[in-house]
Amino acid sequence: MLALLLRDLRLATRAGGGFGLSLAFFLIVTVLVPFGVGPEGGTLARIAPGILWVGALLSCLLSLDRIFALDREDGSLDLLATAPIPLEGVVAVKAAAHWLTTGLPLTLAAPVLGVLLNLPEAAFSWLTLSLMLGTPALSMIGSFGAALTVGLKRGGLLLSLLVLPLYIPTLIFGAEAAKRGAEGLAAGTPLLMLAGITLGAVAILPFAAAAAIRVNLR
Amino acid sequence: MSIWEYANPKKFMQTSSWVLPWVTGLAVLTLLVGLVWGFFFTPDDFRQGSTVKIIYIHVPSAMMAINCWAMMLVTSLIWLVRRHHVSVLAAKAAAPIGMTMTLIALFTGAIWGQPMWGTWWAWDPRLTSFLILFLFYLGYIALWEAVEDPDTAADLTSVLCLVGSVFALLSRYAVLFWNQGLHQGASLSLDKEEHVADVFAWPLWVTMAGFVLLFVALVLLRTRTEIRARRLRALEARERMA
Amino acid sequence: MLLTVADLAVARGGIALLEGVAFALAPGQALILRGPNGIGKTTLLRVIAGLQPALRGRVELPPEGAAYAGHADGLKATLTVAENLAFWARIYGQRDTAPAIAAMDLGALADRPAQNLSAGQKRRLGLARLLVTGRRLWLLDEPTVSLDAASVAMFAASVRAHLAAGGAALMATHIDLGLAEAATLDLARFRAKRSAPGRGDGFEDPFDGAFA
Repeated sequence: MLALLLRDLRLATRAGGGFGLSLAFFLIVTVLVPFGVGPEGGTLARIAPGILWVGALLSCLLSLDRIFALDREDGSLDLLATAPIPLEGVVAVKAAAHWLTTGLPLTLAAPVLGVLLNLPEAAFSWLTLSLMLGTPALSMIGSFGAALTVGLKRGGLLLSLLVLPLYIPTLIFGAEAAKRGAEGLAAGTPLLMLAGITLGAVAILPFAAAAAIRVNLR
Repeated sequence: MSIWEYANPKKFMQTSSWVLPWVTGLAVLTLLVGLVWGFFFTPDDFRQGSTVKIIYIHVPSAMMAINCWAMMLVTSLIWLVRRHHVSVLAAKAAAPIGMTMTLIALFTGAIWGQPMWGTWWAWDPRLTSFLILFLFYLGYIALWEAVEDPDTAADLTSVLCLVGSVFALLSRYAVLFWNQGLHQGASLSLDKEEHVADVFAWPLWVTMAGFVLLFVALVLLRTRTEIRARRLRALEARERMA
Repeated sequence: MLLTVADLAVARGGIALLEGVAFALAPGQALILRGPNGIGKTTLLRVIAGLQPALRGRVELPPEGAAYAGHADGLKATLTVAENLAFWARIYGQRDTAPAIAAMDLGALADRPAQNLSAGQKRRLGLARLLVTGRRLWLLDEPTVSLDAASVAMFAASVRAHLAAGGAALMATHIDLGLAEAATLDLARFRAKRSAPGRGDGFEDPFDGAFA
């Protein structure tokens, strides 16, 4: 299992691995927002937590189809399915690798981009905390979507269509926690819900995703 | 005689061809009675005027939008556990109907909301939940369309339906948490003080029964089509091999 | 027995290909599957490897007994030869990749990224992967594609060593490996029979058959 995690991390950071692409996308989306809504500081400060959450979510979405499609193309997925580690474990490890190379960097970058959007000072810690709790769920749900579409030639667009509705609860609780924190309100409930979604996703979705991969390999 | 006999497509086709005209006739009759009663023989609401009458389409379609997904969840589970093809084909057949019901509920809601709240759309929890439900239907149908092999598609969509149900429920609570809305409470309930008066309730019950019958008729019809399409596919495949 | 197959029927894309396949492999035995393209060699191997469900019949092999090598080698282009091999070794709980590198003569290429290998060299790396699995039964699908004569001989030697060490191999191949100890199974006689249209069977799926 550890070998698989290390391999995926190594692949992501080598040339053509796509590491940093989603980070760059996050930066560009954040920069585009003031061009769209105007440079007025108050407006930006008000919408900043939500924009950063939506931006992180979209950046996460970009790299989802790589999770299984590349392994499927070069035959690794067949070999992993016949290897002595359970396919559920393979899914969980690959989701973890996706989070380490996408969710975690996005979480760390969000406060920096918050400066560009005039994010209120009180919100920085809440935004980081909510992303830290929520992005693992995004990776796990995304892996499930990637498992559903791994057998398709051009599954990218369909993958987005399937995954985005599943992202809604995570987005609502995450952005709500960051927003409430920014306004000095109690953010405990949304944070707990967010942690609950992440734990539930990590507990259940590997089984659903592994079942989908087995169906797709037939 | 057990319900599982209908897993045999021949048995299903025989019985449904006999049942379908009756259900269709009954659905038309019930809807006619319910809608005419509701539209022309109930008084205008003292606050809402005649716009209240959209309730006879809005509430039944909203109910069927949710119940249709529930039916798809049950039939998908039956497919995953017992591998009965008719079951999963019924889920496939029901999805576009459910999506249409969701759309009808959203549109009639907008038409009703405009005079009542002064806006076509508000990010009210109930409206938002239905919009999210619409997205779930869209994804489910798109996955059926995208996968070539019918059994693979059946497996994948059933898994999606299961996981989607959990997340749809979760979305419902998230949305409630996110925005307290304008929408009135449930129109019909057994224990609540605040529900519609009996003059409105009776025709509403009738139209709801009509929508249920209409739904059953449409699902039967579309399942028959799906079974025939599957048969055509099987015969073609055999023809190619021969 | 390392592998027992009894009355096995397999299908691809909903169409039955083979039926009544039966054979067994004991330690030290090799079996070569033959038959024209499309008869179902790959499907049969995938069913035995557990990647695909069988239509009917039994496949018995000890748990975690088989290593499968398909058309694709499962190599990562940006990892070096040594890294690729070390990864699969660790997945199978093995440590030592040196014998595999030596057996497939990959020593000089060990630090080269897999994307810079020729097709034949990639294939050799893919076969070296089998050696690091530690599995006793090898399921090989066209193992000699893009190999030159010298590499084929190298591969045959490692199969022979595997058999001598108590392993077994089941492979689909068209070329003669010069393996004297290998038996041959012609799949043509297991070709699924198709009844005349309108007879009601000939459908892989009982659901489809239920109409006729």
